[in-house]
Amino acid sequence: MIDFELSEEQQMIRDSVGAFAREKIRPAARPADESGAIPAALVSEAWQFGFVSGAIPEKFGGGGDTRSAVTGAIVAEELGFGDISIGLHVLAPRLFAFPIVEMGTDDQRAKYLKRFAGADFAAATAAVMEPRFDYDLSAQHVSAKRDGAGYVLNGGKCYVPLAAESDSMLIYATTDASKGYAGVDGFIVPRTTAGVTISEREKNMGLKALATYELTLKDCHVGADARLGGDKGIDFSRLMCESRVAFAAMGVGVMNAAFEYARDYAKERKAFGVPIATKQAIAFILADMAIEIDAARLLVWEAAYELDKGRDALKASYLAKNYVANSALKVTDNGVQVLGGHGYIREHPVEMWLRNARGFSAIEGIATV
Amino acid sequence: MIDFELEPQILSRLQMFHAVSEHMMRPISRDCDEHEHTKPTQFYESMWSASAAADIQVGNDRSKKADGGAAAAPRRANLMTVLSTEELCWGDAGLYLSTPNSGLGGAAVMAAGTPEQKERFLKRFKEGKPKWGAMAITEPSFGSDSSQVTTTATRDGDHWVINGTKIFCTAGEMAAEKSEGFVVVWATVDKSAGRPGIKPFVVEHNTAGMTVARVENKLGIRASDTAALIFDNCRIPLDALLGSAEVRKEGGFKDVMATFDATRPIVAAMAIGVGRAALDFVRDFLEQQDVAVRYGISPRRLTAVERDFMEMEVQLQAARLLTWRAAWMLDTGKRNSLEASMAKAKAGLAVTLITQKAVELLGPLGYSRKILVEKWMRDAKINDIFEGTQQINMIIIARRILNYSSKELN
Repeated sequence: MIDFELSEEQQMIRDSVGAFAREKIRPAARPADESGAIPAALVSEAWQFGFVSGAIPEKFGGGGDTRSAVTGAIVAEELGFGDISIGLHVLAPRLFAFPIVEMGTDDQRAKYLKRFAGADFAAATAAVMEPRFDYDLSAQHVSAKRDGAGYVLNGGKCYVPLAAESDSMLIYATTDASKGYAGVDGFIVPRTTAGVTISEREKNMGLKALATYELTLKDCHVGADARLGGDKGIDFSRLMCESRVAFAAMGVGVMNAAFEYARDYAKERKAFGVPIATKQAIAFILADMAIEIDAARLLVWEAAYELDKGRDALKASYLAKNYVANSALKVTDNGVQVLGGHGYIREHPVEMWLRNARGFSAIEGIATV
Repeated sequence: MIDFELEPQILSRLQMFHAVSEHMMRPISRDCDEHEHTKPTQFYESMWSASAAADIQVGNDRSKKADGGAAAAPRRANLMTVLSTEELCWGDAGLYLSTPNSGLGGAAVMAAGTPEQKERFLKRFKEGKPKWGAMAITEPSFGSDSSQVTTTATRDGDHWVINGTKIFCTAGEMAAEKSEGFVVVWATVDKSAGRPGIKPFVVEHNTAGMTVARVENKLGIRASDTAALIFDNCRIPLDALLGSAEVRKEGGFKDVMATFDATRPIVAAMAIGVGRAALDFVRDFLEQQDVAVRYGISPRRLTAVERDFMEMEVQLQAARLLTWRAAWMLDTGKRNSLEASMAKAKAGLAVTLITQKAVELLGPLGYSRKILVEKWMRDAKINDIFEGTQQINMIIIARRILNYSSKELN
């Protein structure tokens, strides 16, 4: 039955994460963008929300919460509203832990999940993207070939968050190129495995506070037990749907940040003796931003809802994410435009949001719900 | 709890509406477009008897809340209305508008009338021959600025006397002259009072002094008559005034706005129905041509056609979700002026573009009157204009998000 109301629990989560994003993350966003460093104390404080540990089963010391993609989207939006780079950093361990929770073998769960139930931030990551213009989730060039009892991985990855500080990572690789999404598997690879080279930190246009790395895999041997889900493998398509929903939800948060800032500025800033917001040329831009934010959020929620129902959310999540990629760019660009010359100055955050929003069309697989 | 599921009962009702679209509307769609003022009487008769069973009603029913009649069961009336509207406008938006029912006139009665008036004016739609209700606000000298009503209602003993000219009155001819319907006319009882002086009056069919001056020739929705009405010393009883005659700040004009809160999501749904017709046509066409739409691949590898099609699809869904939300808010008793305007603005523009793109994607075929796509493009455009143009809705949205009055932002 159609309903657009958050549950009481979801409202509480939204309010508390939203307050944290507004009061703690936002003030740290600009300094982090300039320096490339996120204060450890802030990451530690965010960890206490249980964004990762909450979904770890109780027997491994976690919260044992049932994951909900809708709730995850709500959280991701609020973090994106605070700052998407910091949000992605804080959620990065999910990239490793959640697929293991959802699709790992009992042994893999027992071996890897405990460390995410502790009181301290535990860095971990996944390698999804590859440095090609027509990079395609369903056609990974990194390959994993059977080699005796195990597998041998070859190829290159990019945009791997926190790779340099993660003990282990999940590397997605093609085991059967004829099968598209179904031919992609995940491999749990310790960072120190022979054949794994981590590059210098990437220098990107936006998301500058998020440490990302290129990864080179050269005849990197792993055991059969490294394959996520064992012989059963994984549902890679579903994992990527979860990823699209999370990243798109963060995009909605970025849009909302730009909207609020531009709206408040337009009500203060005067031209010709009146606030510029009283001019239709500005007011209509703001109205359009507001419509796009609500439209994007509803599309994201719908895709998340499909995931929560256990259905194939490929189309819904793909369309929602592409919608966000377009509308986040447009909305954040309008944020800069409403501020005019001041929008171009790094004293205001709108230029940062525009740079961050540009990433949505280029990047996949660096967040999950 | 967030939920996007339509329950089976709703889906089966929608299937019924779909059958109406497919079997009763589509077959006469082109003909009604080509012969603008010819009335499809058989269609009217069939829809009239079907609507008695199907309850195709438009309206913002506040009375149920007030007397607690709806009780514990969640109200779905507005959601059901937008869903059925989409389904019927998938068939034909012009025929949908020409369907005999209480229409916007009924919506005004529901929004502003007393319980006695609702009973008196609306019961006719459940009995006898096909009837139409219409609403007349727009005048030759104004459209969006509906506070500029110059049509007057003057008290004369036991009557109100209406004088003025109204245009763009949907189903006006059918309501005023060709059935036992009525027209709700917005007229001022006190010009000096401005908006609060504007009141709705129910003028019965064939009342002396009310004439249909002309029926417009239009770009699209040609199956629906759009009438100009002249009121020349048109005398109506005192109790034809909906609600109170008292001129208060909170009076008449607010009732117009209350009507819009319910009707804008419906117009958005009309747009979505037309847009879906075009989208479905293009999807089938691409399938026949063996052109695959590949969801999930790299956006850099999509063809221009795939990209266009996906954009049409997601824009339509975005508009649909905004529309559902606006209707859901009304059903759950939430103020929805902002969300209703968002839905209307988004759907009106999105579907204008979607249908234009559909014509383009079909190449020379799309431009031909052999298929309906060019007609849908013409039909779609009205949804970006009536019940508040794109621009008026943007102003309403802007005022709400900026917390500005109409004086501060105009």
